[in-house]
Amino acid sequence: MYDAPRSTENTVSTEDIKFECTDCQVYYGDNHAIKDVSVKIEDKTVTAFIGPSGCGKSTFLRCLNRMNDTIDVARIEGSFLLDGQDIYDRKVDPVQLRAKVGMVFQKPNPFPKSIYDNIAYGPRIHGLARSKADLDEIVEKSLRRGAIWDEVKDRLHAPGTGLSGGQQQRLCIARAIATEPEVLLMDEPCSALDPIATAQVEELIDELRAQYSVVIVTHSMQQAARVSQKTAFFHLGNLVEYDETSKIFTNPEDPRTESYITGRIG
Amino acid sequence: MTDASLNTPAHSGKQLSQADAHTKKRNAAEKRFRAYGLSAILIGLFFLVVLFTSIIRSGLPAFTRTVVDVEFTLTQEQFDAAEKELFKTKAYSNLFIAELQGKLGEKGVEVEFDEKAIERLLGKVGSTIREHYKENPDTLGAPVRFELAASSRVDGYFKGRVTRDTLQDSRFLQLSDLDLVDALEEAGVIKQAFNWTFITGTDSGVDNPGGAGIGASVVGSFFMMLVVLALSLPIGVAASIYLEEFAPQNKFTDLIEVNISNLAAVPSIVFGILGLAVFIQFMHLPQSAPLVGGLVLTLMTLPTIIISTRASLKSVPPSIREAALGVGASKMQTVFHHVLPLAMPGILTGTIIGLAQALGETAPLLLIGMVGFVARGYPEGFAQGFTEANSAMPAQIYTWAARADVSFYEKAWGGIIILLAFLLTMNIIAIILRRRFERRW
Repeated sequence: MYDAPRSTENTVSTEDIKFECTDCQVYYGDNHAIKDVSVKIEDKTVTAFIGPSGCGKSTFLRCLNRMNDTIDVARIEGSFLLDGQDIYDRKVDPVQLRAKVGMVFQKPNPFPKSIYDNIAYGPRIHGLARSKADLDEIVEKSLRRGAIWDEVKDRLHAPGTGLSGGQQQRLCIARAIATEPEVLLMDEPCSALDPIATAQVEELIDELRAQYSVVIVTHSMQQAARVSQKTAFFHLGNLVEYDETSKIFTNPEDPRTESYITGRIG
Repeated sequence: MTDASLNTPAHSGKQLSQADAHTKKRNAAEKRFRAYGLSAILIGLFFLVVLFTSIIRSGLPAFTRTVVDVEFTLTQEQFDAAEKELFKTKAYSNLFIAELQGKLGEKGVEVEFDEKAIERLLGKVGSTIREHYKENPDTLGAPVRFELAASSRVDGYFKGRVTRDTLQDSRFLQLSDLDLVDALEEAGVIKQAFNWTFITGTDSGVDNPGGAGIGASVVGSFFMMLVVLALSLPIGVAASIYLEEFAPQNKFTDLIEVNISNLAAVPSIVFGILGLAVFIQFMHLPQSAPLVGGLVLTLMTLPTIIISTRASLKSVPPSIREAALGVGASKMQTVFHHVLPLAMPGILTGTIIGLAQALGETAPLLLIGMVGFVARGYPEGFAQGFTEANSAMPAQIYTWAARADVSFYEKAWGGIIILLAFLLTMNIIAIILRRRFERRW
């Protein structure tokens, strides 16, 4: 279905499909926000969702771990299969789903607790740690993988909200991976960060690709080009084009995609 | 400026150091507004000062009383002799008068008085002394200090309520008695003392303002507040959490919301008559009991607590909820681990406002029988504190203020001081608790 990879750097195995979404519709009341979106998200790949504001990319992302459940007026149709299982099935508990599909938000939102407790909260409620030593280990491992361990190891019991914006966002990423998810959803994780912090987070995303399937919503096309292997372009609730990142940015098929990446719409 | 074309900026050519008419107008408006604000605050402060001075000036006399302080020695022989008399108490008061005359003679104060005058001043002295020695025969022969409360009119003479000009001779007090009072004061026998009875005592009859105390009503109010706190805080917080975090948004919940706001505005006397009908006439709970008072005040306090709790739950940033849901917390874990702790200071503020309202409420208590004169004794134990007939501070104050004897007037003011002190204690506890929860990160 997809073109053969063009560069070795962007090598993707097309066999492992993590999410398979077919004919998805999302309505906010009378507003049809997502129209007929079908997409296959691969494992161990960074997938970027790009598109102008209000095109539905964040909405679609939030469908993948059922965060839209909290919105009363939202109505979701279509099938969302995670490893072949429909996540909107009656029997699926959204709480268990969210442990498998972690999320990082646009604005860094650490809990108003200590750095340690921020990381330990998820493992605690999911019962991942049997002892205090276990928990300490999970916290250290997560903070290391969040590339923030060296900065906070001496003040684990200091408040998480006292960190700088970039550190807070990396703390939130560390928090999200502490529960050992399989998919990591990131909703514009760098929009509130300066270029240096952005570079750190992007580097981190690239490292996470080894173990997770990462889906990132971004407004920055450069960022999409830098970190992702696959890119999906959304426009007015439609999925216009979904392909290898290199193809989208060099040789898009749809004229709307071309206009957007060259800066004529959006 | 004269040649204002479209291409010239509107502000070109103006001197920065010279304010133009428009700017002057704006500045003047701001100055006026500041003056309004400042004067509003000053007026408020003025009335606050007036309020506090009048409360303290009128209320402080309630904390002192006039007593005759005499050291008195009764020998065994005198006791035996007095007990043989036909009018025993008269014999004792004669002994007391003799003692008093001796005291006055020592100090060189000359004054004529008889047994009737002493009775007008101090009441039945003889029976007080006799009772003491009957109960404690071992103190015979040794000096005993008697602190005898003076009648409310003599007390009034010391506090300026009764003067020689306004006094009319009656069976309660005569002009000649004031000469005796002056002489006793000169001899240092009669003096002002702190009135512990007012703080620890119970309500007295209408004819005995000197013996009236607010202690029992304080206990009544305390038990009522326990009931209100134990019921309204958990029910109110649970209801608000459900409405704010779990309940679906539909016509039915809208209706509930509107009605909660309406309930907060219902006059308290309506809750009083509801309590009378439901708790006493239908459920047959004891009349005048702090338990029933607490239940009625709970109904009144609930809307206040629910409204403020919902407001503080709403003010918790949604990003915290998303963060918790995002790591896989259930709805309930999100609320109890993250939202509620952040909302706690606001909830406590609402609770203390509700409790303060309940503490000062009078009308509903009068309807369920918690009137002042019921507070005639302390409850026998903790459990009885809820069910035994008692009054509450505001009802007690109301009862005193409504009584004919002017000496009750200062008791009412004194009661207000105690009520405010109680309220202040409650608020301080709440502030300390809030500080604990307010450890913001």
